[in-house]
Amino acid sequence: MEKHYTNSQVKGVSTGTTILAATFDGGVVIGSDSRASIGGEYVSSKTINKVIQVHDRIFCCIAGSLADAQAVTKAAKFHLAFHSVQMETPPLVISAASVLKELCYKNKDELQAGFITAGWDRKKGAQVYVVSLGGMLVRQPITIGGSGSTYIYGYVDAKYKPDMSRDECLQFALNALSLAMGRDNVSGGVANLAVITEEGVEHVVVPGDKLPRFHDE
Amino acid sequence: MLEEDTGPGWLSEEVKTGTTIIAIEYNGGVVLGSDSRVSAGEAVMNRVMNKLSPLHDKIYCALSGSAADAQTIAEIVNYQLDVHSLEIGEDPQVRSAATLVRNISYKYKEELSAHLIVAGWDRRDGGQVFATLNGLLTRQPFAIGGSGSSYVYGFVDAEYRRGMSKEECQQFVVNTLSLAMNRDGSSGGVAYMVTIDEQKAEEKVILGSDLPTFFDQ
Repeated sequence: MEKHYTNSQVKGVSTGTTILAATFDGGVVIGSDSRASIGGEYVSSKTINKVIQVHDRIFCCIAGSLADAQAVTKAAKFHLAFHSVQMETPPLVISAASVLKELCYKNKDELQAGFITAGWDRKKGAQVYVVSLGGMLVRQPITIGGSGSTYIYGYVDAKYKPDMSRDECLQFALNALSLAMGRDNVSGGVANLAVITEEGVEHVVVPGDKLPRFHDE
Repeated sequence: MLEEDTGPGWLSEEVKTGTTIIAIEYNGGVVLGSDSRVSAGEAVMNRVMNKLSPLHDKIYCALSGSAADAQTIAEIVNYQLDVHSLEIGEDPQVRSAATLVRNISYKYKEELSAHLIVAGWDRRDGGQVFATLNGLLTRQPFAIGGSGSSYVYGFVDAEYRRGMSKEECQQFVVNTLSLAMNRDGSSGGVAYMVTIDEQKAEEKVILGSDLPTFFDQ
């Protein structure tokens, strides 16, 4: 019950948030909550979409300052569209992640946003990349982010398995988001998820009252 | 250079039991668990400290926060309980021990920064767990505390069920400690566990190499 670190240095609207992305056998699930708050006291939006599509099979999730994150993803979308026209092929997931990383690293003094990029491409299949606040880029089988993620590190470490089925992974992601939203007061609302595979993209939205419940609820 | 040599950080940093502590009740007793790391800033001062401290034969407390404050509270309450149990002529109740801890924590709440979880067995109510954070007193089916507890809120919320057996509780405690110790820089070392029932209080040490491992280890 210690005080958790609140991002009080972020000015303006912040996506105090929970985001995650996890690979399963054949694809990736990426998801987030939907709450935007000001100063951790006022919920300025209950239904904000933090899962942004930057290309057909590449999505990213934003955490930190909402304005910074929106500006960076807008720039990244443009870069990727241009890049894929030049290369005459859909972009690789790592290209999308690198574009975000370049923007974050070059502007690290002004920006305060972190990203999770997840998607599917022909070269390496399902991938998840995380771009941290200062601009580090790392690939991981599963990653979580945002203020609510602190509370689910233990759950994710214990319950994630690298080769789950699509349904198992979806349930795992819903459970993790639900647990984080239950403990973090700046995460909440609905759970927005996208399931990305070679075949296509499926959006799953689960409203607050339909989320999994646990022993004390 | 014109800088003053202030010496190593650990000479001036406060000594804290960073820590992860947990206590859980089952039908017939309680199980308490803790890690063993004591840190002063970035240095580990003691890597094998037992943070489960006896207050009486069948009442233990788990220490977290400032090492000096927590130890002092435990020693004072140990003394007060001895006197109290002589006065009433029998073993004290767990609630009495928790109240004594709470009284000190509340009265000196501005000066002290320690959180003790009190758990034990008595004839009247069997196994009980009390949290005394910041001077409140509340009985709970289980309680977690310390810096490492933030990371396992999701895990304990998901995994706790009512009516677990003694062995299931012990496994639950060991899993929780292991997950928290893996993520929290201020928790680590070995795991100490105490199981208290009507007959006795049994202490156990689980070495680092015997702790459960998870998918990425």
